[in-house]
Amino acid sequence: MSALLVRDLKLAIRAGGGFGLALAFFLIVIVLVPLGVGPEMDILSKIASGVLWLGALLACLLSLDRIFALDHEDGTLDLLVTSPLPLEAVIMTKALAHWITTGLPLVVVAPLVAVLLGLPSNGYVWLAISLLLGSPALSLIGTFGAALTLGLKRGGLLLSVLVLPLYIPTMIFGSEVARRGIEGAGVQTPLLLLAGISFGTVAVLPFASSAVLRINLR
Amino acid sequence: MLLSVSDLSVSRGGRVLLEGVAFDVQAGQAILLSGKNGIGKTSLLRTLAGLQQANSGQIDVPQNAVVYSAHLDGIKQALSVVENLQFWGAVFGRSNLDAALETFELGDLRDELAGALSAGQKRRLGLARLLMSGRSIWLLDEPTVSLDLASVSRLSRVVSGHLAAGGAAIIATHATLDLNGQEITIDLGKFATTKSDLAASEKAFL
Repeated sequence: MSALLVRDLKLAIRAGGGFGLALAFFLIVIVLVPLGVGPEMDILSKIASGVLWLGALLACLLSLDRIFALDHEDGTLDLLVTSPLPLEAVIMTKALAHWITTGLPLVVVAPLVAVLLGLPSNGYVWLAISLLLGSPALSLIGTFGAALTLGLKRGGLLLSVLVLPLYIPTMIFGSEVARRGIEGAGVQTPLLLLAGISFGTVAVLPFASSAVLRINLR
Repeated sequence: MLLSVSDLSVSRGGRVLLEGVAFDVQAGQAILLSGKNGIGKTSLLRTLAGLQQANSGQIDVPQNAVVYSAHLDGIKQALSVVENLQFWGAVFGRSNLDAALETFELGDLRDELAGALSAGQKRRLGLARLLMSGRSIWLLDEPTVSLDLASVSRLSRVVSGHLAAGGAAIIATHATLDLNGQEITIDLGKFATTKSDLAASEKAFL
């Protein structure tokens, strides 16, 4: 398992691995929003948490099709399925590698670029916590979507259409945690719901993805 | 007996290709599958490897005994030769890396990026993975494609060595491999069928 994780991380940072793709996209979105919305700090700071979450979600979406497509194209996936590794664990590892290369950098960078949107100072901690708790769900749901659309050449549109509705609950509760944190209201309820979504996806989706993958490889 | 197939029916994309396939493979034996393009050699091998479900019939094979080598070798271009093999060694829990490299004369290329290899060298790297697997039944799909004559005879020697060590192989190939008379050729033509089966296509979908 660790060999697969190390290999995926190595591939991500080498040429053509697409490590910086999601991060660059996220930065572009966050830089452009103040230019598009206008310089009023009142408005910006109000929408900051929502925009940051939206940016993270779209950045995540951008890199999903790479999760299985590259391994499928060069035949690695067939060989992995017939290897001694359980397919569920392979999928879990690939989702983890995706999270480390996309979700985790966003968690680290989001509070830094939040300055551009004038996020109130008491919101930084909650923004980071909500992204840290919610981004694993984004990776796992995305892995499921990538497994569903495996083998479709340029299936990016279908992937987005399938995955975006599944992202909605994560996004609602994630940005709600950040918003309530800023207002000083109780964050317990959305925080627990967000954690519930993440742990739920960890428990269920590797099995669903592996079932779907087996069918798609036939 | 290592592997036994009885009354197997194989389809591809909802079309039944082969019916009533039956053969046994003993330790030390190789089966060469022959037959014209599209007859279902790859589909049969994928079914034996467990990548595809059979329509009907039975495959008796011990667990974790099979390793599959496809048209595509599963080589990562951005990793070096040695990193590619190390990965599969870790997956299969084996460490005979240098022996595998030497067997297919990849020693000089060990630190090259796999993306810089020629087609024949890539194929040799893909075949070296078989040695890293340590499994007893090799399923090889056109293993000689893009190999030069010297490499084909080397492959023959490697497969013969594997058979002599109590392994077995099922090989779909158009080339002639010299396996010291340990091979049995099965012409898939006699199992071919042109039936289009709705039930099979539904099964293929589900």
